[in-house]
Amino acid sequence: MKKKFPISVHLALTLAALFVALYMIFLYAPEEMTMGEVQRIFYIHVPAAWTALLGFIIIFVSSIVYLWKRSQFADELASSTAEVGFIFCTSVLVTGPLWAKPAWGIWWTWDARLTLTFLLWLLYVAYLMLRNYLINPARAANLCAVVGVIGFVDVIIDYMAIRWWRTQHPQPVIGGGPNSGLDPRMLATLLVSWVAFVFLFFLLLRVRLGLAQMRRELGDIRHILAFRASED
Amino acid sequence: MVSLKIVWNIFSKDLRIEWRNRETLASMCVFGLLIVFLFNFAFEGAREETLRLLPSVLWVAIAFAGVLGFNRSFASERDNACLEGMTLAPVDPSLIFLGKMLANLVFLGVAEVVMVFAAALWYNISFLPALGQLVLIAFFGTLGYAALGTIFGAIAANTRMREVMLTVLQFPIAFWILMLSIDSTSGALRGNPSGNWLGGVARVAGISLVFTIASFLLFEYVLEE
Amino acid sequence: MPLAKQTSNLMLETRSLTKFFGDLAALKEVSLSLRRGESAFLYGPNGAGKTTLLRMLTSLARPSSGQVLFDGRDIERDGTQAKASIGFVSHTTFLYGELTVRENLQFFGKLFGLNSLERKIDAALDLFNMRERSAVYVRDLSRGLQQRAALARAFLHDPDFVLLDEPFTGLDSQSVKNLETLLRQLPEQGRALLFSTHDFEQGAALAERLIALKAGRVRYDGPLAIAPFKSLGIVRTAEQEADG
Repeated sequence: MKKKFPISVHLALTLAALFVALYMIFLYAPEEMTMGEVQRIFYIHVPAAWTALLGFIIIFVSSIVYLWKRSQFADELASSTAEVGFIFCTSVLVTGPLWAKPAWGIWWTWDARLTLTFLLWLLYVAYLMLRNYLINPARAANLCAVVGVIGFVDVIIDYMAIRWWRTQHPQPVIGGGPNSGLDPRMLATLLVSWVAFVFLFFLLLRVRLGLAQMRRELGDIRHILAFRASED
Repeated sequence: MVSLKIVWNIFSKDLRIEWRNRETLASMCVFGLLIVFLFNFAFEGAREETLRLLPSVLWVAIAFAGVLGFNRSFASERDNACLEGMTLAPVDPSLIFLGKMLANLVFLGVAEVVMVFAAALWYNISFLPALGQLVLIAFFGTLGYAALGTIFGAIAANTRMREVMLTVLQFPIAFWILMLSIDSTSGALRGNPSGNWLGGVARVAGISLVFTIASFLLFEYVLEE
Repeated sequence: MPLAKQTSNLMLETRSLTKFFGDLAALKEVSLSLRRGESAFLYGPNGAGKTTLLRMLTSLARPSSGQVLFDGRDIERDGTQAKASIGFVSHTTFLYGELTVRENLQFFGKLFGLNSLERKIDAALDLFNMRERSAVYVRDLSRGLQQRAALARAFLHDPDFVLLDEPFTGLDSQSVKNLETLLRQLPEQGRALLFSTHDFEQGAALAERLIALKAGRVRYDGPLAIAPFKSLGIVRTAEQEADG
């Protein structure tokens, strides 16, 4: 994989995609009628949310693979994804209020999507805290994989439960949802922006994975040195 | 049959230890009662308002008392690595899970009875008209909550700052068990204005069973090193 | 001893066991085998991987790679037989402080599915002179007595393979002698014994085979009498100990 798609090419593609996305966000996409310029944050907010969700799906799949195959790579993939996904999820929570305040006049509302994102963010926090608080490193992979699987079960339940909840507790409708009649140029911008985010996500993930691998190799080298020292 | 004996052996061991020191139940009940009392004092209001707030107060009290209990449940296992001692025996790890979960379920159940009794007294509300429905909601809500608490308690036992870790894992994931239980309890206390009370119970039961089964299946990996 | 025990001599075999702790390999490519009626002394400095190895043999820890075979069966796939035949004593006692010694043995005996449990409990207690203390809470016992209770727990199910990690910790001299006598008898009974102790002379007096670990690798595995002590960094205190 490394030979076919070197990281420099990945970086170049990511920068290009981000540049195109920026162009489209600010110059190509039409201004939204009710919310005005501030609505353009939508092209950051929504792709970040999708990417954060994608991150947890990757954690789930690699957790399952780890428990099944005991592949160290799967464990490193899960822990690296958690760190990268957490950044994207946090940016959703930051851009949300920035958008909501001018558009709706309030910083926060417990609407379905924000609630879901917040719960997802809590899952990321729990997963990362667990990684860092474990006493015995031999247990880290197993325990985190278990939380990765149950966490994803929880994400699915979140999506169902929020529907039941909202049908029973009707919310005041604030502003028109961004889904109501999306202009084709808006949709194109959204998708291009998402592609750029996905490129960025995987770029960060590769760098983080490389770090994990280097750490493991360093551990091996240390061990060999300790062994050599003990042979004298 | 053999499996049942093993589950019973683990369950009764927890009960016996609890009977000796009564620490877990005492702390859970006192903690729960304090929350119910504090909110009662803070929310002195009309009856309609009380009915609206009481389910939330009760389930928040249950949630916190539960976390307290799950932590204690693994404190005795951790002291001399007894959880590992159990895995030295030729026993299916999921039986260990069932034994521990049942004990947690019973302890939390007892604490709930105490809290509900106090709430009925202090808030001057009768739980009797909807008792059957409330028992169902409490059973399923507590089942899922205790299942998650058992697996997360075992996980948190491996960390520094165990109490914090358990809370951080338990609350986001048990979120909907609590929310839907509050919702159903509130419906039951107000005589089910929406009519469809069974649907609410079914949702709590469904989510709880999903989490219980997931915890049951995954527990063996928690014990492994 | 049942006849089945004589059918196959090889009891335990490990094939290139490796264990990572996070990034660090605590044990690397360890291949050993142990026969019935054999006792081996596991020796090495702190952090050499002794405890890690013993934990993998008891299936408390899973190898990152490699296999542990018990009676020819991979314990990761089918560990029931192995668990029922292994008695393990570790740094921790695996006993509940809030239960009495007897209650602890009852609890673990039931987990092992033992028949005529009370008789076996009495036998295990007598082995370590713990009978009159059987009604005492474990938390009220001294460290040495707790260790004896832990030993009783390990011998409760009459294990064919005894694994002891520093079993002499905290024991008084009488109990040490008692345990040493017991350990010498194990091979004659057709059992296998693998134990570690930091006191080399004490271990050397109990086994004919030495397995020396250092930095996670086996440095020597063979007859203790002809071990290259110098290159292993072992300083023997008394020559007559080796003769006896």
